[in-house]
Amino acid sequence: MNRLMMKLTIGSEAVFFICLIVSYLFFWKSGNFQQEAAAHLHIKTTGLFTVLLLGSSFTFWRAEKAHSQQNNKGMKGWLIATILLGGIFLAGQGREYYNLINENVWISKSEFGSSFYTLTGFHGLHVFIGLIVLLIVLLLTMNGYLRDKGSTVVSTVGIYWHFVDAVWIFVFTTVYVLPYLL
Amino acid sequence: MKAILLDNIEHDLPVAHKDRVLLRWLSTVDHKELGILYLLAALLFFIIGGTEALLMRTQLAVANNHLLGPEAYNQLFTMHGVTMIFFVMMPALLGLTVYLTPLMIGANEMAFPRVNAFSFWMTFFGGLLLYFSFAAGGAPNAGWFNYAPLNQSQYSTSPGINYYAMGLLLGGIGSVTTGINIVVTILKLRVKGMTLKRLPLFVWMALVNGFLIIAALPSLNAALSMLLLDRLLDAHFFNTTSGGSALLWQHLFWMFGHPEVYILILPAFGIYSEVFQVFSQKKIFGYAFVAASSVAIGLLSFGVWAHHMFAAGLGNTMNSFFGASSMLIGIPTGIKIFNWIATMYGGRIRLTTSMLFAVAFLIEFTIGGLTGIAFSIVPIDWQLTDSYYVVAHLHYVILGGSLFGLFSALFYWFPKISGRMLNEKLGKWFFWLFVAGFNLTFFLQHFLGLMGMPRRVYTYQNIPYYTLLNLLSTAGAYLMAAAVMVLLYNIYKTVKGEKIKNKDPWNAFTLEWYADSPPCQKNFENVPVVTSRRPFYDLKNLEKRDVD
Repeated sequence: MNRLMMKLTIGSEAVFFICLIVSYLFFWKSGNFQQEAAAHLHIKTTGLFTVLLLGSSFTFWRAEKAHSQQNNKGMKGWLIATILLGGIFLAGQGREYYNLINENVWISKSEFGSSFYTLTGFHGLHVFIGLIVLLIVLLLTMNGYLRDKGSTVVSTVGIYWHFVDAVWIFVFTTVYVLPYLL
Repeated sequence: MKAILLDNIEHDLPVAHKDRVLLRWLSTVDHKELGILYLLAALLFFIIGGTEALLMRTQLAVANNHLLGPEAYNQLFTMHGVTMIFFVMMPALLGLTVYLTPLMIGANEMAFPRVNAFSFWMTFFGGLLLYFSFAAGGAPNAGWFNYAPLNQSQYSTSPGINYYAMGLLLGGIGSVTTGINIVVTILKLRVKGMTLKRLPLFVWMALVNGFLIIAALPSLNAALSMLLLDRLLDAHFFNTTSGGSALLWQHLFWMFGHPEVYILILPAFGIYSEVFQVFSQKKIFGYAFVAASSVAIGLLSFGVWAHHMFAAGLGNTMNSFFGASSMLIGIPTGIKIFNWIATMYGGRIRLTTSMLFAVAFLIEFTIGGLTGIAFSIVPIDWQLTDSYYVVAHLHYVILGGSLFGLFSALFYWFPKISGRMLNEKLGKWFFWLFVAGFNLTFFLQHFLGLMGMPRRVYTYQNIPYYTLLNLLSTAGAYLMAAAVMVLLYNIYKTVKGEKIKNKDPWNAFTLEWYADSPPCQKNFENVPVVTSRRPFYDLKNLEKRDVD
């Protein structure tokens, strides 16, 4: 039941992100959109953080494994790793925003600014929410509440977390990779 | 009114602390109580939205009227549309779904009772937030679809549209969570033996509707988020003076907006499917066709949105595609109309108020459907767009379809919800007054539209026939208001009156009538294994059980 609920939720979220990505592409040809994207975005730095975020999907997968093997200690470790990787990704996004604002790229400056901050910002918000949920799962694990391997809590949170990572692949492709392909 | 209703429903439910009535209604997670709260909230907003409509019709009663200025009129038609669609039809239909679905599938609760409460309160507070705009400097005034660039700060300087965006965003989140809750409930909590092929058709529609909500609402939520960024942080999405696109808003809005009209009609289709069966005392004709055509409607509804934008200049290819797809979507609906007619054919028909509304729906909705097909012919759309013809069309489908469905449902399930029968004599007065008023108001608007009267304009010149037709249209609106008064009086009297002994007054077929009227907190102590599409009929006719 929980897992079905989460699958439907991410289905809904997927449509939300499709709308944001389409809106981003909608402005591709307007004004200095492409020049701004090329001048201000750094694919290598963000690519590095992308790898870390995708790594967090791997660590979470390990945490799920540990959960099904009732290895509480391992689960704790992999959860902490997941949270750290997600946190580093968010910090990287914060750093990128900081630099962009210093370069005078902001939401009210241009179509690029509006669509870039909205798309990546909503993704960041989802990572942030995911981190809060992961922290709760970690607390529950440390208090021994999730010992029952039949519990769907961990795998339900997993669906969400993997989804957030998968969305980032599309966002990263659209925002950072596409300028090189088109 | 509301207090009395709550108070009387109160007596029927097991209550621990009589003195904590308010707390209990505020904190309830019971699907039946939340369903009632949804319906009461819808009733509250229905009275408000109806009053707004009456004010507009009063303003339009005669030519060159200056009762209301253009500013007030813009706010009124915007608030009327937004209120009726998002805070009357949606909560009422979802409330009924939330109330009935667990009962019909033999479950004790929704899958996620607390999410259910969350959804209701999000929707309700969304409505309150929308109405707070009146106190905050002016209500939204750019129409219910709130086109760019009118929705931008430089054209709509009052904060009204911020409240529109935030109120609908809350309501939108509430609807998505309800949609998810409904789908999970139906897929996971069915009683033993109730396969998808034996699902009551109301529940089938709720299932398709749940998926529609899940897939359609995010588009609106995305658009509203961008609109808020535009208005509060000066983003450029829809602001045409700074490089934004008015067309993007239209696309995002109608990608939600067209599925939305099916979100409003599918639950009503479910209601009719139950009502026609029970009041003809016959099984539905072509069960599989009714269910499958709804799935077809659900899928097709995502491929027709640009027929709202023929006048935007999308080019011939786009227009032809969306014109054709819009004609296509008429087919599955037409199939259902024939199914319902065939269900009545040869049945023992009882023309109760509930059934009267269902039969009237067949006629009114067909008129609305035909004008809709007319709109899918692009040149006709160009001629008639933004005229009163559109107003007539949309009211024929939304009132003649969804609202008649709600009224039909109200009379059919009132004994289930309250344990009391609405007065049939008053019900028939209500029906005839409402149907007469409805047709008087909106049928004439077809002609006004054909004669070129634009919608959303606060007054008009004294052109031949304009005043006559508008005056009659206004008279029809007052007739509908009188009918609603009769309905409110009927409800008031019934709720104060005697309870019925018989828990199954209509000789119904589905499991919700197997439960007590009103159902106890747990719904069922035990549910029989379901072996056909009419489980309660089987129980009552053991030797003539259905086989399907």
